Amino acid sequence: MSENDKYRIKQLSIFSENRPNRLGAVAKVLKEGKINILGFSIAEGAGYGVIRVLVDRPDVAKDLLIKDGFVVKFTEVLAIQMQDTPGGLFDLTDQMKDINIEYGYGYRNPPYAVLIVRVEDIEQGIRSLLAGGLSLLDNVTFH
Amino acid sequence: MSYWNPVEVMPVPELKALQLKQLKMLVYKLYTFSSFYRQKMKEAGVTPEDIQELEDVRKLPFMTKKDLRDGYPDKLFLASPREVVRYHASSGTTGKPTIVGYTQNDIEAWSESVARGLVSAGVGTDDVLQVCYTYGLFSGGLGLHYGAEKVGAAVVPASTGNTERQIDLVRDLDVTVIAATPSYLLHMGEVAAKMGVDLRKDTKLRLGILGAEPWSERMRDRIFERLGIKAIDIYGTSELSGPLWCECSQQNGIHVWGDLTLVEVLDPKTGEPVPPGEKGELVVTMLQKEALPIVRYRTGDITTVDEGVCACGRTHPRIGRIQGRVDDMIIVRGINVFPSQVEHSLMQHQEVGNEFQIVVDRKGALDTLLVKVELRPEAFGDRVFELDAIKDRLTHKLRDALNVGVNVEIVEPGSLPRFEGKAKRVVDKRVY
Repeated sequence: MSENDKYRIKQLSIFSENRPNRLGAVAKVLKEGKINILGFSIAEGAGYGVIRVLVDRPDVAKDLLIKDGFVVKFTEVLAIQMQDTPGGLFDLTDQMKDINIEYGYGYRNPPYAVLIVRVEDIEQGIRSLLAGGLSLLDNVTFH
Repeated sequence: MSYWNPVEVMPVPELKALQLKQLKMLVYKLYTFSSFYRQKMKEAGVTPEDIQELEDVRKLPFMTKKDLRDGYPDKLFLASPREVVRYHASSGTTGKPTIVGYTQNDIEAWSESVARGLVSAGVGTDDVLQVCYTYGLFSGGLGLHYGAEKVGAAVVPASTGNTERQIDLVRDLDVTVIAATPSYLLHMGEVAAKMGVDLRKDTKLRLGILGAEPWSERMRDRIFERLGIKAIDIYGTSELSGPLWCECSQQNGIHVWGDLTLVEVLDPKTGEPVPPGEKGELVVTMLQKEALPIVRYRTGDITTVDEGVCACGRTHPRIGRIQGRVDDMIIVRGINVFPSQVEHSLMQHQEVGNEFQIVVDRKGALDTLLVKVELRPEAFGDRVFELDAIKDRLTHKLRDALNVGVNVEIVEPGSLPRFEGKAKRVVDKRVY
């Protein structure tokens, strides 16, 4: 256990083949489980996709999705706080240039904005982001 | 060594002499009493005197599924109706079914054949054998049933369907041997896991008598690894009686009892024997069948034959695993493709499951081949490039194995159709 573990956020990664309304099927399971979606993105592959979701109750959501036949994995991601003003993303990039980012997506959460990233080495990523003076959201903000 | 009937270890020269004697008698009987066979033999210019050695079987005309269909229901029967004690019928997906009648001796020879096979695989009086083949017009259920009862095993005639109940029976009756299609057995494993039953730990299952659909060595390994069940390959078709022959515990070829059957493996195009060990169409002559005689029946199944004596000591010829159907063979851009080749390639990749579907289509003048396969949950890990890499590996593997361009589609587990009888792996959308 490291004190930095509180910055690790559980993201749901869901495999989805190219069939009509697979997204609807995922959303339906979450709705019926009264799960709130906090962040969301879809990545497209060759004939399939990966749906990535941040939710308020990830363990419950994962069980419900698996019960409904979905292939689901947890992935640890980081949530970096940004200024919700022009240049907000630019201000981060200087501190992130040595980190290998696999993917990312953002959302607006007034008064600030949030960038979600998966980095290659999460422990090292947390350390260098903090050292660069960036603020990471604690996972209690989500779960 | 334990065997059911001493004839199983008869020295090869004696066995061949016995076969020749039976073949001569069969041809004489058919020429004399069967208008169908006499007509066919006359057309082929052959008489009983032409059969002087075993190889002379090649002078006899072939019999096909069409002959059986045209003979519906009993025009080809040699036995009188009062001698017939049972009927089975094939599924008849392409028109009229074919009807097979059995005399008391036919049932006896059939049960004898299955009994010898079961004993060679290690089944005995202490075993409880659950038959998960359909009972009814399909010959699978009753064929296994009679053979297993003959050797003194306790039979659970579960037939097909209601998988949860099947699993309860396996556990509660201490079933040791299960007879099923290999895909159904794997399906049972999946359902058992969902019910919280571990077939390996919570049951006494040790042996599977598996057939009625093509399968592979990889699938055999997978069944053993996942379920702890030693898988034995069994073969037969309703025209020949039903399930007839299986592997012994050596798992190295299916023993075909030579005193009951003469097998040939021929090139499907030329009708000539293939060189030893090479693939060809299985052509069968049943030496003792009474109600519906079978001479040089073209099964349409692709296999190999090994005439050598088995490590178990049995001297009768062994046929290899069925590698496809002459008529299941799909021709894609002029290349022969067998679903079994696809299955074999996919089995080498742990990232994907057992089920697959082949979709053949035509875009413009060009045939397209698509293989759909289910992702195994353990192989998924959030990254798209890892999925793309799995897909690329499968595509290359299949391209190498089939010698034809192929696309792979990775789908969600459980999304492809499951089959309790013969699996329908090919969807051909081409319009001719």
